[in-house]
Amino acid sequence: MSVPSSVTRAEAARLLALFEQAGAQRVDCGILQPAEVLLDLYGEDIRGRAYVTQDPSRGEQMLRPDFTVPVVQMHMTGGAEPARYTYAGEVFRRQEDHPERENEYIQVGYEVFDRVDPDAADAEVFALFHTALAPLGLHPATGDIGILMAAVEGLDTSARRRAALMRHIWRPRRFRALLDRFAGRSPVPASRAALLRAEDALADAGPMIGLRSPAEISARIEALREDAQDRPLSEAQVAALDAVLAVRETCPFALERLRDIAVDLPAISGALDRFARRIDALDKRGIDIEHLDFEASYGRTSMEYYDGFVFGFYAAGRPDLPPVATGGRYDALTRRLGNGAEIPAVGGVIRAGLIEILGGGQ
Amino acid sequence: MTVKLGVPSKGRLMEKTFDWFGERGVTLSRTGSEREYSGKVDGVDGVQLVLLSAGEIPRELAAGRLHLGVTGTDLVREKLVQWDQQVEEMAALGFGFADLIVAVPSCWVDVDCLDDLDAAASAFRAEHGHRLRIATKYHRLVRDYLRAGGVADYQLVDSQGATEGTVKNLTAEAIADITSTGETLRANHLKILGDGPILRSQATLFRSRKAQKAVAERAALKQLLDKLGL
Repeated sequence: MSVPSSVTRAEAARLLALFEQAGAQRVDCGILQPAEVLLDLYGEDIRGRAYVTQDPSRGEQMLRPDFTVPVVQMHMTGGAEPARYTYAGEVFRRQEDHPERENEYIQVGYEVFDRVDPDAADAEVFALFHTALAPLGLHPATGDIGILMAAVEGLDTSARRRAALMRHIWRPRRFRALLDRFAGRSPVPASRAALLRAEDALADAGPMIGLRSPAEISARIEALREDAQDRPLSEAQVAALDAVLAVRETCPFALERLRDIAVDLPAISGALDRFARRIDALDKRGIDIEHLDFEASYGRTSMEYYDGFVFGFYAAGRPDLPPVATGGRYDALTRRLGNGAEIPAVGGVIRAGLIEILGGGQ
Repeated sequence: MTVKLGVPSKGRLMEKTFDWFGERGVTLSRTGSEREYSGKVDGVDGVQLVLLSAGEIPRELAAGRLHLGVTGTDLVREKLVQWDQQVEEMAALGFGFADLIVAVPSCWVDVDCLDDLDAAASAFRAEHGHRLRIATKYHRLVRDYLRAGGVADYQLVDSQGATEGTVKNLTAEAIADITSTGETLRANHLKILGDGPILRSQATLFRSRKAQKAVAERAALKQLLDKLGL
């Protein structure tokens, strides 16, 4: 694939300078990253998306698929607070499904670690990207995974079911299948019914092999029996959740619509207050919120570590191109990588090469 | 130059391929000693027989070094990205049937489908501190399948042979492998998940979309395909 051109590099340098002006400290990180951390975070899917290579002495190494994880790690091991970081460099992604797309390209990023006012920080990152990309006339998309998580957390059902749904927020098909099952919409498979009826389910299990112990198997059967006793998730709750997922309006109308839904799903009210504060903060920064699109399902399929505000900037009329910029809030990621510590964090990346393709840059 | 036809170099797959071509008036045979990998083609001109491992045939077709090749659909789909843009299926040969399946220990009485596997993987990871391991050599097919099925908290571990033994040997919790009768699975106390196979595979004649053809090769290829009734 092509090497980034001098125009792209100049554009990356321009963005880097812009982000430094905005108060960010410039940081860098290794191209080779230990694969273990990334595999633990993303699971097997990352192997299909990143280049993994073997080193007999250091273990598996990965060509960095993004900067966010190493930057979070760096910050969590002794970064001062608050902190703003910027970086620019190549990232590497396998493109099995889109061989025509670049597998090596430059990302310029801006990341904010700040406890004081997370909603203002959301607006700061979005507005900065909006300014940086303004000449290109891109279409911005926004969403908020936090509202969806609050909706799941507020469902009137067992903690186990809520946890199962929460685990699959980023896998819409599995999420839907679980929802159908918990609502009693999908039939209980015959094998499951027989298992639940059995006096001693493990009686005919045959030889016990493998690491998963009989106690673990029994524990799951017990959990399934308890779950079978739970009353189904009410149609009203499923409808409210579906209504949340279907919201797709400009920001003020989206907020209004979600406030209506919150009458039946009051658990989302806190997340909606944050959404409202974010809209105000965006407005203060000069963003035309009356025309800013909001989609409640946005970011569910591709942005697994985001857990709050999410955004992307798209080239209108170029569906063949990936988004020029993406970003969002990832408080939970700092918790995962923080060994007990955590800090609200939000950031995003711009693909400098796409700016050149779209006729921008110097 | 000649049209190059790749055929598995060993065993039943080779014999049955020879039979399939023979029934259509194209006689494939090995030449030289029993151990020498060379062969010849009778009944049609301008075609050269190339004997090689079934696992290498997809790559050679994609590179255009073979014009035609016989191998399993499982191998083509695992090894070639966007396989249908690189090769074309000319004929399913009706042998070498095998299903690529996910199997778990029979003692997992609570696991019958992907939904169960996902739930078991979640609990397993919480209990053991690492993802549930699935041994396979079909990394791409299995990963795509499990992603589409929404399974999380698993990892693939590479197993190039005796995959059914990995669970008992504690190097994996489950496996994804090809099976024709299921006997080896049963003998190793494993059962197949009920969602249906990841892929049904059989020996198939593929044509390379990449191989260069001069006038002479076009003619020979046409003659061969005519004779095979394709």
